Amino acid sequence: MVWARRLLALDRRIIFALIALGVIVPLLLPINLPVAVSPRVRAAFDAVDALPAGSVVLLSMDYEPDTMAELTPMSVAILRHCFRKHVKVAAMTLYPAGVGLGEQALNQASRDERAVRNTDYVWLGYKSGFQVVILGIGENLRAIFPVDGYGTPLDSIPMLRGVNSYRQMSLVVNLTASSAADYWIQFAQGRYHAPMILGSTAVMATDYYPYLSSRQILGLIGGMKGAAEYERLIDVFGNGRRGMDAQSLVHVIVVLLVIVGNVALFASRGWKGGRGVGGVAP
Amino acid sequence: MSVFETWVAAFLTLCVFSFLYKDNPFYRFAEHLFVGASAGYLLAVQWQDVLIPNVWTPLLRDHRLTVLIPLALGVMMLARITEKTASISRWAIAFYVGIYSGVAIPGYIQAQIIAQLADAAKPFPSGWGALSAGLILVGFLGVLSYFFFSAPHKGAHGIAARIGIWFLMVAFGASFGYTVMARVSLLIARVQFLMGDWLHLLPGS
Repeated sequence: MVWARRLLALDRRIIFALIALGVIVPLLLPINLPVAVSPRVRAAFDAVDALPAGSVVLLSMDYEPDTMAELTPMSVAILRHCFRKHVKVAAMTLYPAGVGLGEQALNQASRDERAVRNTDYVWLGYKSGFQVVILGIGENLRAIFPVDGYGTPLDSIPMLRGVNSYRQMSLVVNLTASSAADYWIQFAQGRYHAPMILGSTAVMATDYYPYLSSRQILGLIGGMKGAAEYERLIDVFGNGRRGMDAQSLVHVIVVLLVIVGNVALFASRGWKGGRGVGGVAP
Repeated sequence: MSVFETWVAAFLTLCVFSFLYKDNPFYRFAEHLFVGASAGYLLAVQWQDVLIPNVWTPLLRDHRLTVLIPLALGVMMLARITEKTASISRWAIAFYVGIYSGVAIPGYIQAQIIAQLADAAKPFPSGWGALSAGLILVGFLGVLSYFFFSAPHKGAHGIAARIGIWFLMVAFGASFGYTVMARVSLLIARVQFLMGDWLHLLPGS
């Protein structure tokens, strides 16, 4: 069939343009589709919400600019939630390029919630070596981070008085785009029994469902959608929720393209099998 | 970000996006700039956040000589630069592999195997949870059957393996759906930056 052959030979740049329109139009003309909260994100929210004021959370923002679109809205939402609850946050990163991003998220959340550095939160900065750092925090935080990210000795930071390992931390939050999550689960949770929640990129999310089922993690926030759900729970309209209209429209376009492409493929070979056009195997 | 920084970031974003049309010098310029800037940045951060607080300060200010041991092991790793001295690095690698194995293997077995098996062996919950647990059990046994290659996939074993394939396909589909969402999220954030921070076209920007 001619139409099917033409469709299968479509210039891929037309598809790029369609996707671009699917993103641009809803951002310019938002309709704010409702965001349903999943039990996984609700569980993560509840874990933070149940913390008493004054408790300390360790937040490790283990991501770099390539995944900041998904994980920065998550970081900001969790930080804002902690600051509202007067929960203190010790933030760090296991990625060198995560330093600027972690500071950016802290600055934004602390500005929005009027949190004060070294009183409500501390920026420990970056340290290399996933396992060594995670295990080291379980033994002696000051051996791994003798000073914070700005060179201040940890002993002179009021917020960290008496805090020297997971035992003095009420929750570990890992926001990651990599296998760092495995190490946090194996060592911080498995070895030191630290309660933990995980925020991951959408690509990784399905890999970590089993840990949720086994209660090795208390909650799971997956991708920009997860960030949007968390933002809804804390009643904030951040970048996660702003992106959901575009996300939904592009998904519709992708589904339609998959259907149209498959129909064209079958039509091009006469619904009888054999090879499709252009040497494409059926 | 300052106006100048925003313009630089917008220009580089457009350079990278230009690859969607076809390969071109603007894309290659942005690519090479990224590689160079990343390498320089990583070196600076390692120096500032790792070597100064963990090696330089303890050694020179606190006179903690024990720091020399990990420092020596680190320097030995650099011996790989030339073929002649490469063998020296094996001492450091052997030390690292030994320590890492001792630390990682129990952690891996506990978190990835024992905890997961304990969860899989839990009694069925009541209500709809039982249906979910039953599906997990069928999927678990089916996928295990599929990856059991010591016997041909025939008879009951073949049926279980086929069920396992269906579960695997559903898992791959879910993963693919999430992957599409992840990639679209990256595009959304860049468009938000271009249209909001740079062009101020978005509502509220």
